[in-house]
Amino acid sequence: MQEIPVTRYPEVLIDRPTHYCPGCQHGIAHRLVAEALTDLGVVERTIAVSSIGCSVFLYNYLNLDTVEAPHGRAPAVATGVKRARPEAIVFTYQGDGDLASIGMAEIIHCANRGERVTVIFVNNTVYGMTGGQMAPTTLLGQKTTTCPGGRCLEREGAPIRMAEIIASLGGTAYCARVAVNTVKNVMRAKKAIRNAFQYQLDGKGFSFVEVLATCPTNWRLSPTAANERVATEMIPYFPLGTFQDCAATEEV
Amino acid sequence: MPARVQFREDRCKGCLLCVQACPSGIILQSSRFNQLGYKIAEIPHERMQECKGCAFCALMCPDYAITVFKIEEDA
Ligand SMILES: Cc1ncc(C[n+]2csc(CCOP(=O)(O)OP(=O)(O)O)c2C)c(N)n1
Ligand code: SF4
Ligand code: SF4
Ligand code: SF4
Ligand SMILES: [Mg+2]
Repeated sequence: MQEIPVTRYPEVLIDRPTHYCPGCQHGIAHRLVAEALTDLGVVERTIAVSSIGCSVFLYNYLNLDTVEAPHGRAPAVATGVKRARPEAIVFTYQGDGDLASIGMAEIIHCANRGERVTVIFVNNTVYGMTGGQMAPTTLLGQKTTTCPGGRCLEREGAPIRMAEIIASLGGTAYCARVAVNTVKNVMRAKKAIRNAFQYQLDGKGFSFVEVLATCPTNWRLSPTAANERVATEMIPYFPLGTFQDCAATEEV
Repeated sequence: MPARVQFREDRCKGCLLCVQACPSGIILQSSRFNQLGYKIAEIPHERMQECKGCAFCALMCPDYAITVFKIEEDA
């Protein structure tokens, strides 16, 4: 009798407990990035650019050379890294507060210039790290510490759909929105993240994957209830799919 | 094919996303706490035989706390 492992964790994923809250899906997003880089055989030449938010310690969990960018500026830093080291695979890993609020200018111009970098954008509809303030992605009616009565269209505007905006820019080769709330969606997310890195590897242009994720702590929900909210509230407003694919290859 | 699931109890944060994902409904929250103070996930010994080895639990675990093994009988 012998036991064969079905689960295999890539080596680049450091074997260490994370600082994330119970049920926080940053952990799943980290693993999918690690799997994609491993599958494509590019771990040794990858440079990560981490951002400001709960995932600031990305370099503690992925055994990659990493540059820590100031809040929102990861796409600008990644631009410099990629231009200095064109043979490197360069990606940023950013939250919604980081990317869609303070870093809105950097992400738009990086995509528009068609920088050959990949952006992993984890949208959990709040500023997680600082205690759950409203983000540009906070859903209408969603209560946060800075909109305690719920986000209001007249006062704060509508939640921003980043994947659709990025897809509309000239330099974007690949753009998708995925979720990690179900087994099926995790498999699709894995494929999308792999596609995004493949497009960079092929020199096709800028690639972007928005990952819908939970922040159970700041949503004031149990991890399982938070996961259900992804299906009932997030996906209806932030539809999943591929919004730009310059080669129209693998569907996700 | 029989399978076995191993939980790294020191890594588990008791989020129960594995419970939500398991099609066999065999993962439960234990009454035991780990060193971090979380009530861990576990499969009662007598129910392990119902495991399909699908690894859905591991796929959904944000803390890489689950390893699934398939058990193959020697030929
Ligand atoms: C220039 C600057 N302004 C504000 C902050 C405070 N700050 C730290 S993290 C953060 C928001 C992070 O939210 P998000 O990007 O959504 O990441 P999450 O924690 O939700 O994953 C803010 C505003 C900062 N560190 N630097
Ligand atoms: S505050 Fe939210 S995003 Fe940050 S670790 Fe906790 S659950 Fe994750
Ligand atoms: S491998 Fe599948 S059947 Fe077995 S415990 Fe995990 S989810 Fe349940
Ligand atoms: S998903 Fe992982 S961390 Fe969460 S309860 Fe299950 S084993 Fe523990
Ligand atoms: Mg956030």
